[in-house]
Amino acid sequence: MITYIIKRLLLMIPTLLGVAVIIFFLMRIVPGDIVELRFAGESAYAQKENLDKERARLGLDKPIWSQFLTWMGGLVRFDFGTSMWTGAPISEEIRLRFALSLQLAIMATIVAILLAIPLGVIAALRQDTWIDYAVRVISIAGLATPSFWLGIVFILGLLIIFKWLPPMVYTPFWVNPVQNLAQLIWPALAVGYRYSAVATRMTRSAMLEVLREDYIRTARAKGLWEKLILSRHALKNAMLPVLTVIALEFAFLIGGLVVTEQVFNLNGLGMLFVEAVGHRDYTLTQALVMLVAFVFIVVNFLVDLAYAWLDPRIRFR
Amino acid sequence: MTAVRARSSMLRAVLAGLMLVLSAAQGADAQERPRYGGELVYVVPTEPASYDAHREGTFALIHPLAPVYSTLLRFDPTDRTGTKVVGDIAESWTIAKDGRTYTFKLRRGVKFHDGSDLTSKDVKATYDKIVNPPADVVSFRKGQYTAIEVVEAPDPTTVVFRLKWPAASLTTALASPFNWIYKADILAKDMHWYETHVMGSGAFVFVEHVKGAYWAGKKNPNYWDKGKPYLDSYRALVVKDPNAQVAAVRAERAHVQFRGFTPAERDSIVQALGPKVTVQESPWDCVLLVGMNHEKKPWDDKRARKALTLALDRYQGSQALSKIAVVKSVGGVQVPGTPYATPPAELEKLAGYSHDIAKSRAEARRLLKEAGVPESFSFSLKNRNVPMPYEPMAIWLVDQWRQIGLQARHEFIESTKWEADLRDGNYEVAVDTQCSYAVDPDLDLYKFQSMGISGNNYGRYVDKPLDDLYQKQSRALDAEERRKYVRDFERRLLDEEAHYFYTLQWHRIIPHSAKLRGWTVTPSHFVNNQLDGVWLAE
Repeated sequence: MITYIIKRLLLMIPTLLGVAVIIFFLMRIVPGDIVELRFAGESAYAQKENLDKERARLGLDKPIWSQFLTWMGGLVRFDFGTSMWTGAPISEEIRLRFALSLQLAIMATIVAILLAIPLGVIAALRQDTWIDYAVRVISIAGLATPSFWLGIVFILGLLIIFKWLPPMVYTPFWVNPVQNLAQLIWPALAVGYRYSAVATRMTRSAMLEVLREDYIRTARAKGLWEKLILSRHALKNAMLPVLTVIALEFAFLIGGLVVTEQVFNLNGLGMLFVEAVGHRDYTLTQALVMLVAFVFIVVNFLVDLAYAWLDPRIRFR
Repeated sequence: MTAVRARSSMLRAVLAGLMLVLSAAQGADAQERPRYGGELVYVVPTEPASYDAHREGTFALIHPLAPVYSTLLRFDPTDRTGTKVVGDIAESWTIAKDGRTYTFKLRRGVKFHDGSDLTSKDVKATYDKIVNPPADVVSFRKGQYTAIEVVEAPDPTTVVFRLKWPAASLTTALASPFNWIYKADILAKDMHWYETHVMGSGAFVFVEHVKGAYWAGKKNPNYWDKGKPYLDSYRALVVKDPNAQVAAVRAERAHVQFRGFTPAERDSIVQALGPKVTVQESPWDCVLLVGMNHEKKPWDDKRARKALTLALDRYQGSQALSKIAVVKSVGGVQVPGTPYATPPAELEKLAGYSHDIAKSRAEARRLLKEAGVPESFSFSLKNRNVPMPYEPMAIWLVDQWRQIGLQARHEFIESTKWEADLRDGNYEVAVDTQCSYAVDPDLDLYKFQSMGISGNNYGRYVDKPLDDLYQKQSRALDAEERRKYVRDFERRLLDEEAHYFYTLQWHRIIPHSAKLRGWTVTPSHFVNNQLDGVWLAE
């Protein structure tokens, strides 16, 4: 097991390096550059002299290979440098938004789990009854409804019915929990519902499959208590694919809630990502891609480890 | 039919209400005494790259930080044309007879927020940075100050600008909302300090900026203008999504967004808030232009270029588009209602401005034929993928050109690509744009000078007589003489050579909380943001 963990940890390095190389060159293919955007957009007085000065300051006048070596050198030292747009350290730019994105991802995941697992289990246990059909309708509706659209509905509902809008500025939970939850509960519900739809369907089908297994029949034949069969034998085994879905969605939520963040005016990583790409802020975009890649890799790794705990038959070599 | 009628009568009611609210609020504003206290909350739709206004060109820096800084001159905050220059830290000034020496007397008692006195040394250091920046410092508008030979500070309250030649727009240039006065001692130590720090001498003291969230400032108790500011503090919320901006004003989480809303957004706010909202509107010193690449056929022929402008029924376009987009006035090279604007009678003589659209379009067809442009000639119209007002404007243009037998293919492309394509001449016809911080011939006409002089003449033409006219108007100190040169420039640009043409003037719409008083809309969203005269009613 320890060898397996070490091997997986070491494998993260080439994966991250591959991501670093791809994102570096992809960003350079996109037309336009940050300097044009900053200085050429709004003024006839934009002078070539200013553009050249700025390119030199940002190191964009250097050959691509030299820029690449500088980027990789920083990466090895865990130094992402400064944002080309704001000049602020990238770690600072990310730190400002990370807490909000992480909290929202956790809250949405909690909402999704609270909805998906009970609904999925009930639907499986009451297969082909009205309860099952109702759960299927709810989950399919969730799949078909973009979370940002649901967010807009929430906002309009609050605005028109209660003449109230969630707070527009993020307050950390430990500073003011009420203010914090008043802002984040709405996007968490909107995203969590969409997220739960996938997990509900996965839970239902996994449960249906497990409930038909021989060992469940054996447990029932032995006269085991039904609740114990469901929780210890059926649910635990059915959780394997559900866990994968939940974990991957969680990783996605860290940087992927672009439109939802926009709708709710949340100062999160998704918005930062879009702005960085829009500004052609190479350093910041590269750092954000690395962060999201890292989160995906770590989450994947943790899921694999959780498999062994959930299903003792799985052993790592 | 009933639904249409109901919607139309509802719209009429909303607009009637709006006009009532507008006039009532303006009347009340004039009679009321300013009230002290309160926090003004407003929305800013985007964020700047740095805190140094000398190197930035965006309103996203001006709106949240202008209240913290002073400028030498400013635009009169009560002047709706946004063109009347008054002193900010300059108490008075004199201009030498030859128009080449400007002497400014500074107010006494102006202090930076660190407690030090603001003197002529600081003004000189600031303008030296703007006019002659060191090699590693970017000055965004350096090109506007080429007339300045030297800035002198003979004593602590006197600043002298000596010019190489007379400059009619010098006071406008010195009132630029971007020319914040920085402290000389700080600049002497580090020319880049203001890129990451804030320290001014304005009506408000900077408190904090949480990136992506908000900016905050509080009242400066030592402000030179005793009794001001009226507000205790201000908070500028960063809200990037347009719907969220509207929601913020509708839900009274913010008093105002100073850049502008669309007609539909205005109506939605007015409908929701009724008498609790005031609407101020103005022609906007921003315009969508049509640029034609003179290096590509048939746009190298002025007859073909002129046909494109002749095809436009601007007056009908104004009526239709102003209902759905932030465009309205039909104007020439200056915002209607401002000192150098084209009188309607003269405007009508220019190609594409006649009220007789049938005659104009017949002339357009004749010119196209003469230029050898075939019937149903097809070309691409490159446009920026910003919906408002670029998209409706381009759709309108395509339809107008269809009526003279031309087929324009609308290419709606990403902003950076659009910018790069225009700069590189990789286009046939394109929607171009221009926004100035003030309505002024120097600022508004600079773009249209020959390629090589102007940094963004995307028409890629060289026109020496046009450049000469620019210089003449720029150096004419007599307003009448200058007006004549501006008209000559306009005629050559829009009619005789048809290098470029204007579509419709943008229209600035600011629906704000009726509590907000002492603020006047101007044609520029860059000016009138110092907030020293703004107050909140009960």
